[in-house]
Amino acid sequence: MTQSHHWFVIPMTFLVAFILTLLPMPEWTVWVRPVWVLMVVIYWVMMAPHQVNVGTAWLAGIFLDVLNGTLLGEHALAMTLVAYLTVRMSSRLRMFPLLQQGLVVMILVLLYQFVLFCVQGFLDQLPSTWLFWTPPVTSMLLWPWVSSIIKDWRRRYRAI
Amino acid sequence: MDTFVQVRNALSMPIAPLQYLVSWPVQFFHSMGTVLSSHDSLIKENLDLKAQQLLLQAQVQRLLALESENKQLKALLRSSTEVQGKVLVAEVMSIATDPFVNQVTLDKGSSDGLFVGQPVLDANGVMGKLIQVGPLTSRVLLVNDPHSGIPVQITRNGMHAIAVGDAYTGKLHLVNMPQTVDIKTGDFLITSGLGEHYPAGYPVGQIISVVKDPGLQFATIIIEPSARLDRSREVLLVWPNKTVQGKK
Repeated sequence: MTQSHHWFVIPMTFLVAFILTLLPMPEWTVWVRPVWVLMVVIYWVMMAPHQVNVGTAWLAGIFLDVLNGTLLGEHALAMTLVAYLTVRMSSRLRMFPLLQQGLVVMILVLLYQFVLFCVQGFLDQLPSTWLFWTPPVTSMLLWPWVSSIIKDWRRRYRAI
Repeated sequence: MDTFVQVRNALSMPIAPLQYLVSWPVQFFHSMGTVLSSHDSLIKENLDLKAQQLLLQAQVQRLLALESENKQLKALLRSSTEVQGKVLVAEVMSIATDPFVNQVTLDKGSSDGLFVGQPVLDANGVMGKLIQVGPLTSRVLLVNDPHSGIPVQITRNGMHAIAVGDAYTGKLHLVNMPQTVDIKTGDFLITSGLGEHYPAGYPVGQIISVVKDPGLQFATIIIEPSARLDRSREVLLVWPNKTVQGKK
């Protein structure tokens, strides 16, 4: 495939994910906001493990840390862990139907939130509400749409 | 140590365009709303503002007299006197932050002469101070962040205390206050100027609850911050007043 012509599809998806992370939303959505960047990382690690790997996940995590002003490396650690597990299962995950993929994504995001929870615990700044555990559910619900939209982009630009 | 701070500040450089990209449309719609507001309401607002300005000017005249008198008295006492500091208005960028951190991003950076540790105020009181200054953007640690501590004074009796942010409620609390302390609900707090991070005399908040539980060592005192920490769009950056020794 003429992948070199359409290298921009992967960076574009990441850019959109970062924009969605930064987009100001009403107060009540603060905790339920799906983890956009992680969803994009999971998608690419699953579908194109040779282009997007654990290193990319680490970079995306560091970028997210700088963007959010959280402890440097906190999101990077969680993302690397999830990316590693995804790359181990990538060939199996690709065969799963969307519903089953969504369930795996929920578990992966849950792990991500758990790592963040532990780091926040070490910092003595645990989240104040149980809503902290809702992003796995919102991410699972949005997974079919995210994955279909990125797939559509890939088809249109014949990337990867 | 300084090198690490510089690296962290430089890291904010590549993310600045992204922050501007997200913030711009939101601010654009906001300004469009202002443009489209009706003629009548503008006239009404203008009249209101004129009346308010008259009132404020009258008060300022009185304050000027008081200030000069105060300066003279302070000079007589040979204590430090305050010089008018430089101020700059910055805008809070319309971007979401992680719910774990009570921070906001401003659209001014070291190119405007900002520095780490600089106090940030809004129209109603103290907002926080700068903890990270990049070339184009900077980050404010709000007073209700658990990492923030601010030396305060109670206006009613002049008592000193330290107000620390509370992670769970978005408010502040006073630390290490004994059970017998003379603090009541409704007391106002201003910055005391001790610690030399915040200029003295700016409002910090009002005490909304005092719980003296005999089972605890210290009283639990909660403060409602007077700055509108989550709603202010424009903030004031202050170059702290240099203290000069009064002449004999």
